[in-house]
Amino acid sequence: MDNKSLVSIDDYTKEEILEVLARAAEFEKNPNCSLLEGKVVASLFFEPSTRTRLSFETAINRMGGRIVGFTDSSSSSVTKGETLKDTTKMVSNYCDLIVMRHPIEGSARYASEVSDVPIINAGDGANQHPTQTMLDLYSIMKTQGTLENLNIFMVGDLKYGRTVHSLLMALSHFNPTFHFIAPPELEIPRGYKIFMEKNNIKYFEHTEFNDIINDADILYMTRVQKERFADPLEYEKVKNVYILKNDMLSNTKDNMRILHPLPRVNEIAVDVDTNPKAYYFEQALNGVYARQAIIAKALNL
Amino acid sequence: MNTKKELQVSAIENGTVIDHIPAEYLFQVITILGLDKSKNSVTFGNNLESKLLGKKAIIKISDKFFEDEEINKISLIAPHAKLNIIRDYKVAEKKIVESPEKVIGIAKCMNPKCITNVEAVTTRFKVINNSPITLKCHYCEKITDHKNIEIV
Repeated sequence: MDNKSLVSIDDYTKEEILEVLARAAEFEKNPNCSLLEGKVVASLFFEPSTRTRLSFETAINRMGGRIVGFTDSSSSSVTKGETLKDTTKMVSNYCDLIVMRHPIEGSARYASEVSDVPIINAGDGANQHPTQTMLDLYSIMKTQGTLENLNIFMVGDLKYGRTVHSLLMALSHFNPTFHFIAPPELEIPRGYKIFMEKNNIKYFEHTEFNDIINDADILYMTRVQKERFADPLEYEKVKNVYILKNDMLSNTKDNMRILHPLPRVNEIAVDVDTNPKAYYFEQALNGVYARQAIIAKALNL
Repeated sequence: MNTKKELQVSAIENGTVIDHIPAEYLFQVITILGLDKSKNSVTFGNNLESKLLGKKAIIKISDKFFEDEEINKISLIAPHAKLNIIRDYKVAEKKIVESPEKVIGIAKCMNPKCITNVEAVTTRFKVINNSPITLKCHYCEKITDHKNIEIV
């Protein structure tokens, strides 16, 4: 297996996380460079994801690289029945790096084993999305000045939200205190609770979304998705409980920032957008710098 | 061992005795080893008293000696099983089935959305717990617990 690939956030040690974040800060100062000059990056999006794809393509363009690829599988040989293995092997002959988004879980790990060039996982189904995690960490680092000893509040769909799970794993290196706010149907999975107990990570679970957020350094909001509920009535009951409104922020800490992986539906009221504590749009921009740093690391540049 | 003790499953002349199988998994062990299709003479007992397991099962297969790879398969559901290799009615060799750290190409991942269930990929798991045996898929990173272990 190519160990320069980034498939899962666990592929990075604590030191590597900090190294990539420091590099991202350099790219933020000087986004345009020619590190990727003469290099071809394949951007293979087997399912559409506009935000992630544009963020990667911006990162590659700002570094002077060229891009080949497709934006959804209907315009690729997958429609002819080609396997992921064959597509990956063929494309890895053409390029220096593959960025891949695929709906099947474990596809990125498998591709990293059959490819001759590094793979960066841009999301494999409900499994991993490590570049999102790195941009979340970069946003936390930038707004708090540190990753250590923070009070992290996570709200919404904590059961299925892969960004929540990966961020939890990554932050576990930095002595966090977690507060999880979710309906019982969407609470954080048992596996993660066992992980936190084994690693002596403090965590608290709440179902009420109220002034407990006054302790927060980071408020990580996620979307409660209708399709996760077997019973539509259950969804109707909880859908409006986990909405962040501007008046809830009046007694929160000055350093507190609100993150959201986006897209947002209604879980953050529009009146929050102008609050200085709202950070989700800057967070998305940080994704470009984080991805530049990840690409540079994958290619040893 | 007390040789005067009455055997609950009759002795075999040559072959393999698999002892200390958890009683509830006897028939799964039989299936996994393909003993239901075996031409060898197979005798077994179930729900026998066991100090170690409470109730255990034992299987005796005449003229059959297992490869390590086959033994590996048993360890997924009977991690404490012991094998006695019998030659001329005597225990010629004892083997302990140890659960492996990794399980490669034996079990199926229970996640239907896993790449190993979509393409011809050899499954790979890390054993994250020995009793009950719990596997973590190397690809999709989902857990397959012992109740859901299916053998390829």
